[in-house]
Amino acid sequence: MSHNLAEKILQAHTDEEITRAGQIVNCRVSLVLANDITAPLAIKSFKAMGAGKVFDKDKVALVCDHFTPNKDIDSAEQVKVVREFAQQMGVTHYYEGGNVGVEHALLPELGLVGPGDIVVGADSHTCTYGGLGAFATGMGSTDIAGAMALGETWFKVPPTIRAAFEGTLEPFVGAKDLILHLIGRLGVSGALYRALEFGGPVIDALSIEGRMTMANMAIEAGGKAGLFPVDEKTLAYCKAAGRNGDTLLKADAGAVYEQDFTLSVTGMPPQVACPHLPDNVRGVDELKGLRVDQVVIGSCTNGRIEDLREAAAILKGRKAHKNVRLIILPATPKIWRQAMDEGLFSIFMDSGAVVGPPTCGPCLGGHMGILAGGERCIATTNRNFRGRMGSLESEVYLAGPAVAAASAIAGEIMNPAKL
Amino acid sequence: MLVTGKAHKVGAHIDTDAIIPARFLVTTDSEVLGSNCMEGLEPGWVKRVSKNDIMVAEENFGCGSSREHAPIAILGAGIPVVVAKSFARIFYRNGFNMGLVLLEVGDDIAKLSDGDKLEVDTGNGQIRNLTTGETIICAKVPAFMQELLDAGGLVPYVKKRLADRQ
Ligand code: SF4
Repeated sequence: MSHNLAEKILQAHTDEEITRAGQIVNCRVSLVLANDITAPLAIKSFKAMGAGKVFDKDKVALVCDHFTPNKDIDSAEQVKVVREFAQQMGVTHYYEGGNVGVEHALLPELGLVGPGDIVVGADSHTCTYGGLGAFATGMGSTDIAGAMALGETWFKVPPTIRAAFEGTLEPFVGAKDLILHLIGRLGVSGALYRALEFGGPVIDALSIEGRMTMANMAIEAGGKAGLFPVDEKTLAYCKAAGRNGDTLLKADAGAVYEQDFTLSVTGMPPQVACPHLPDNVRGVDELKGLRVDQVVIGSCTNGRIEDLREAAAILKGRKAHKNVRLIILPATPKIWRQAMDEGLFSIFMDSGAVVGPPTCGPCLGGHMGILAGGERCIATTNRNFRGRMGSLESEVYLAGPAVAAASAIAGEIMNPAKL
Repeated sequence: MLVTGKAHKVGAHIDTDAIIPARFLVTTDSEVLGSNCMEGLEPGWVKRVSKNDIMVAEENFGCGSSREHAPIAILGAGIPVVVAKSFARIFYRNGFNMGLVLLEVGDDIAKLSDGDKLEVDTGNGQIRNLTTGETIICAKVPAFMQELLDAGGLVPYVKKRLADRQ
């Protein structure tokens, strides 16, 4: 039987034969992930399961990135629980402090995830690794506890929606705009229970970082996974991250898709998702004149070096508007150092930005940039649910780094092409 | 299990930040989480709930993050059943694992209004609207998931698998 990407990867990890979408199969997992919010619950369940050890101490990653550096006593206690568990189990990949970064930027960079892997994480944006051709999906803490104990978990084989992109990208239009546009088209439940598979010439030309930005937001359309074929670029990225033995991977000819469509992106302006759902997407010019109080550049969606360079290109020689707090959070220590070495921090500081440590921070309304009632933020993050970044009366708009940077300068939502 | 309680209707795409905002995720205690249930939708929402009441939602209930704190908060608030037009995927799995009963009813959701008195037979997936007299029959859960439920949830299921491996 011809398999699409999702089916092909699941098939490689199970002894059962995959013949149709909807089938429930048990699969061996390549890596299991949890963070400082979800690991404590997973550990509780793990103990209740009577599990004495993790299935493989090299295949569990515990990343304390959400409220770190610990914002208060309660979050410090949570991290302590995770740290002690990691020590007790001898978990190799435990991150906190100087080695920690936002989990979905960190694991690819460390070579812990790659083509053909099955990764399950107690975090909904685990789907990011689809950018490297991994079947990666978020689950709750108890499911993750089960996977940590058994080294396997069950999946319902999802139907797949294939989206191809063709045409020419306009200046200042990138991966974030492509995925926002697609979510706007599908709606926040358009890919519910389904996998997304991306393709087409625009995708082939996209960097691996860009592909991860897109895969990251598959969940924002309700998707279980967002998958990209593995090409030479993927292999080069994985090799640079210290991995060996990865191979090319794409869907079989004749694979079955529930939907298969092509979007032309020629002439598409930068996209912005308006409150309070990621599918409320408009062209940036429709929002001109909307005053902003805060701009956040960072997160697992757009906190990579490419994103920081894009922001710096716009901020260079310019100042953030006096009424705007511009917060920039490089997603990992490696990206942080790279940005520093490339001189991006001088550009950011000159523009009046605050440069913070690698953390999720304001993305989930954790800390380091919480909004007051009536305030508006434009962020390169992935969710704009009501109250996501603070007060229920605040607003979050989602955009790519170029639009976010341009808006910081203008003090209002701004198309970088018109700055 | 037979559950009789009042319906509390919420809208479409209720996300996990609405069910339990991130600022409350510094604990795993179900009572504390329960006392802040739906705080991201409407401050003080939970005050209207009596034990065994039922949450009724439109499509894509529980979208957003993977936080298991969401079903725990709902259970902690005293709500044992959520009936929705459809559920977000991660939330659906989490609900099962936590022992929160989730019934997906599609367009029949229109037959349930805020404040209706409902009687839910969770075993047969049957909802009786005592206020209107209407009955809704839900689609059966897949056999494997029924097996999980019968085992008492994922924790005892894994426990047994681990014991079998010994
Ligand atoms: S950066 Fe935001 S979306 Fe990404 S893992 Fe952290 S909280 Fe979640």
